[in-house]
Amino acid sequence: MPFLLFGIASIVFLVSRLTPGDPLVTIVGERNLNNPEIVAAAKARWGLDQSVLTQYGHYMKNLLHGDMGTSFTTREPVVHDLWLRLPATLELTIYALFGGVIVGVTLGVLAARHRNKFIDHIARFFALMGSSLPAFWAGLLLLYVFYARLGWLPGPGRIDPRGVAPDKVTGFYTVDSLLQGDFALFKDSVMHLILPATVLGWGVVGIVSRLVRASLLDEFSMDYVRVGRAMGLRERTVVNQHALRNALLPTITIVAFTFAFLLTGAVLTETVFSWPGVGSYAVDASRNLDYPAIIGVTLLGGTAFLLTNLFSDIAYAFADPRIRLS
Amino acid sequence: MAEPVLSLRDLRVTFPTPAGPARAVRGIDLDVMAGESVAVVGESGSGKSVTMLATLGLLPKAEVSGSVRYNDTELVGADVDTLRSVRGRRISMVFQDPMTSLNPVLTIGKQMALVMKAHQPELSKKDCRSKAVDLLHQVAIPQAARRIDAYPHELSGGMRQRVMIAMSIANDPEVLIADEPTTALDVTVQAQIMELLQTLRVEKNLALVLITHDLGVVAGSADRVAVMYAGRIVERSPVRDLFADPQHPYSRALLECLPRLDQKQEVVSSIGGTPPNPADLPTGCPFAPRCPMALPSCTQAEPTLVRFRTSEVACNIVSGGDRAEAQA
Ligand SMILES: Nc1ncnc2c1ncn2[C@@H]1O[C@H](COP(=O)(O)OP(=O)(O)OP(=O)(O)O)[C@@H](O)[C@H]1O
Ligand SMILES: [Mg+2]
Repeated sequence: MPFLLFGIASIVFLVSRLTPGDPLVTIVGERNLNNPEIVAAAKARWGLDQSVLTQYGHYMKNLLHGDMGTSFTTREPVVHDLWLRLPATLELTIYALFGGVIVGVTLGVLAARHRNKFIDHIARFFALMGSSLPAFWAGLLLLYVFYARLGWLPGPGRIDPRGVAPDKVTGFYTVDSLLQGDFALFKDSVMHLILPATVLGWGVVGIVSRLVRASLLDEFSMDYVRVGRAMGLRERTVVNQHALRNALLPTITIVAFTFAFLLTGAVLTETVFSWPGVGSYAVDASRNLDYPAIIGVTLLGGTAFLLTNLFSDIAYAFADPRIRLS
Repeated sequence: MAEPVLSLRDLRVTFPTPAGPARAVRGIDLDVMAGESVAVVGESGSGKSVTMLATLGLLPKAEVSGSVRYNDTELVGADVDTLRSVRGRRISMVFQDPMTSLNPVLTIGKQMALVMKAHQPELSKKDCRSKAVDLLHQVAIPQAARRIDAYPHELSGGMRQRVMIAMSIANDPEVLIADEPTTALDVTVQAQIMELLQTLRVEKNLALVLITHDLGVVAGSADRVAVMYAGRIVERSPVRDLFADPQHPYSRALLECLPRLDQKQEVVSSIGGTPPNPADLPTGCPFAPRCPMALPSCTQAEPTLVRFRTSEVACNIVSGGDRAEAQA
């Protein structure tokens, strides 16, 4: 796994340096570009005057010590920036993932039990929307309807702009607000989560519900399902206790991929909802050709992806007794 | 005469298929008395499994007509709750492949508990567990108290079939339908499973419907035999008579397929040709195209079951008294 990350870092480093565009605009500002003294000083300060290879060696050496360099834009260590913004993204992603999986499994079960009936068609339509609606568009639409028009839900951001963020313990506002016993703040943060988590989780619903439906239908043709019916089990028991357990096995694997999907989705969703997470940081970084930040975000994404894969392998082994015991 | 526990009358099952309606079962009459053992034999595809699945209403996609009565309850067209109250509780079923009949991700104790709870919801977890251990004892599974927490893949095929049998008798049914319960097992294990079924039948006064395409299995374990071909019963006899003097040419052909101790033959002979496709049945007797004794008249009308000595036979030649003639 460290090798993989090393590879990712190298590729992103080289690609970013080969992209046309000049980060100096960000560093010194457009006006100063004509001032050779300032430009030279900036180049020396950020190491941009050295060859790409030297820069690369330098970067990799620092990376080994957990140093991802300093952001051109925020002038803070990238590690610090990421650490600051990660909880916001994690909170959003986890709610989206869990909500998406729960709704997705429920929809998948309903669709399989009533296949080719009305419920199935509705579920298919809902899933299709989730996986094909651009997050950007869906986000703006939901904001327009539920915030601007109906006023049922708050606008962008993690909490009311006049509110004060809870003291940082976990960095999850929904958790930290409870930890300090502030229920109003808890409610506020939950309300703020609903729309972005819906936008982000909808895609998960799409993937998971289709997969659960398909694998449940596969399971329905299995002998043990017929045995269950022949023994007089209720259809509900046959589905929930027998078939679903098996159908969820492939879902565990897919959830890891869903997570990658979520990370990209988070970039768009965070932008629409002004969510101060890693996604919006990534957008800023690439807009400003902020090399260290770009690589940092990519590495974080790669790590997250590898970790979820590892986690899903473990979860799979745990859920399937045939693997667990061998 | 006693009333049958299970009684099929003119049971018909048709599957809609792209090639047209497949008439897999075409009018079966069968009575099963309390505690008796009936065998249903026939080649693969003759409609044995479909008949039994239809009996319990387990073929949602098929068109089923005729009558299936469990005591006084009509099962054809019955609602889900009626069917559920019979399935596993009054009439139970053991399937062919113990490898796939159990859920791979649940312990056998859990699966048995689900079956018990389906009909005895008042049972506690503890009750289910001790009952399950007891049942595993009854089907001669060693170390039952430990095995109950095993997953299916940890057991051998024979053990799994024992578990299946334990499950099928968990709610004290009156009728046990065993659909080729030994086909998927080693020969040595086959005999043990058949013996177990016989023991349970006697101990629990179970009526046993044994489905098989192996007449050898039938010899020691059934009172009466029904021979099926192309969705119909073509001969019905007491076991002894079928073996001593089979009437229908198809029964005779089946018997000739049995490996015999006195002949030491390596290759078991089989009946030439294949059974007809249920979506495209020939007119007249469906066995005629393969029948060594067929007369031109056989392809005209399909024969019905007619009493002949101790048997009932559906054969134009036999019932027409032309048998001797045809043989000559
Ligand atoms: N769901 C179905 N749809 C269409 N045709 C079916 C279906 N199930 C069974 N059949 C057909 O019905 C016929 C009888 O099948 P059945 O399974 O009852 O045979 P069987 O006597 O049990 O044979 P075997 O010894 O192989 O178990 C076969 O020709 C089969 O192709
Ligand atoms: Mg069969």
